[in-house]
Amino acid sequence: MSANIPGDLRYGKSHEWVRVSGDTAVVGISDHAQHELTDVVFVELPALGRKLKAGESCAVVESVKTASDVYAPVSGEVVAANAELAQHPDLVNSAPYGEGWFFKIKLADPGELDRLLSPEDYLKQIEP
Amino acid sequence: MPVSYTSIMEEHRAVRTAAGVFDVSHMGEIRARGAAACEFLNGVLTNDLRKLPPGRGQYTLLCNERGGVVDDLYAFRIGAEEFLLVPNASRIEADTLWLEGRLAAFAGRGGLELKNVSDEFGALAVQGPKAAGFIDSCFQPGPGAPTSLRKNEVGRFQFAGQDVLVSRTGYTGEDGFELVAPAQMTEALWNKALEAGRPFGLKPAGLGARDTLRTEAGFPLYGHELTENTTPLEAGLGFFVALEKGDFMGRSVLARQKINGTAKKLAAFKMIGRSAPPRPNYPLWSAGENPERIGEVTSGTQSPSLGVGIGMGYAPAEFAGANTAIGVEIRGQRMPALIVPRPFYRKN
Repeated sequence: MSANIPGDLRYGKSHEWVRVSGDTAVVGISDHAQHELTDVVFVELPALGRKLKAGESCAVVESVKTASDVYAPVSGEVVAANAELAQHPDLVNSAPYGEGWFFKIKLADPGELDRLLSPEDYLKQIEP
Repeated sequence: MPVSYTSIMEEHRAVRTAAGVFDVSHMGEIRARGAAACEFLNGVLTNDLRKLPPGRGQYTLLCNERGGVVDDLYAFRIGAEEFLLVPNASRIEADTLWLEGRLAAFAGRGGLELKNVSDEFGALAVQGPKAAGFIDSCFQPGPGAPTSLRKNEVGRFQFAGQDVLVSRTGYTGEDGFELVAPAQMTEALWNKALEAGRPFGLKPAGLGARDTLRTEAGFPLYGHELTENTTPLEAGLGFFVALEKGDFMGRSVLARQKINGTAKKLAAFKMIGRSAPPRPNYPLWSAGENPERIGEVTSGTQSPSLGVGIGMGYAPAEFAGANTAIGVEIRGQRMPALIVPRPFYRKN
């Protein structure tokens, strides 16, 4: 399948995407990731106020068959978590870049964004 | 068989509402033939083969001398003196070795042929409420048809000029048919089933859906609920243990367990409230003021049909009764669950 990798986002090596808006970042998992997982049945999100370090395991996404860790792509404080995923975990599959978002972080160090992958580099990673 | 062709949810739903076809060629076939075949097999299997006329099968277990399960399988009486056993793929070698060992010690073994013929055969399972709508059209018209089989019955039907054994059995809790065909025929039969079944909503289904379906039906899986260290009675399978038929391997242990009860019992449970699904090896805890570790999950998943986490695991008998509250430890947190009767999912 041809990859769906929006050009306005940055990506983590472990398939998270980041959408930056001022000093906050919205985080979710990529279309490639949701496709590999298939049907998401449960999402565990970090608590509001939690301070994350880039690379820290902070959420869990479960499909029928497996539980997978989600890692904070950048450091910061969790300021929002997507409550819709409690009733509709399938949004991660149907709208991974939109309604299937996971959480929002207030960026601790915007410089970390430069360490994320560009859409082109992420594509190279998933389709070498 | 892949984990899924499209998605586990979609394939699971297809089986529950229309039909799914599984390539189960990895399963085994062991043939026993001869005048003493029934007596020999009845001395090593728990269920009573004497109940079977030609053309019928039964679910049964192969036990060791401790009553521990060597395998769970189906035994079909194909003819007056011919039986076909269908063991789990992972136990074909173990079962063959075990049976050959028992055969060597069997007094009436002259004239008895026991052969692992798994390599000669492939198998498909066509399962779901719509399966009966198209299964007959997969075969050449003849005196009988697969839909004339009742549950557990088996017959021979013609496909491309060859015999295919079809039984009205399955591992999903739905109506369905299992087909055993010469190995080189399996692909053509698969394609025929898809062609005949697609108008009815038939989808290819993989290992993932096979597991969610059988878990919903409360069926055990060897290596999870059944091992050489669990007995059929501990697993709640006493219905398939015919203590009254006479002696068989493991009988003395099972007879004692029938009288005294078992220390541990297989329990089925549902997660309460919002929770991640239970998975194999997650610890089980008692509920209440002083929770104790009481066992672990043997099978668990999010139930596609019920939308809730379901699982099975062994616990001390006193914690295994229906409506007992327990805890399932998921990533360090004990989540509430309730013991329920099996099956989790029932038609209507």
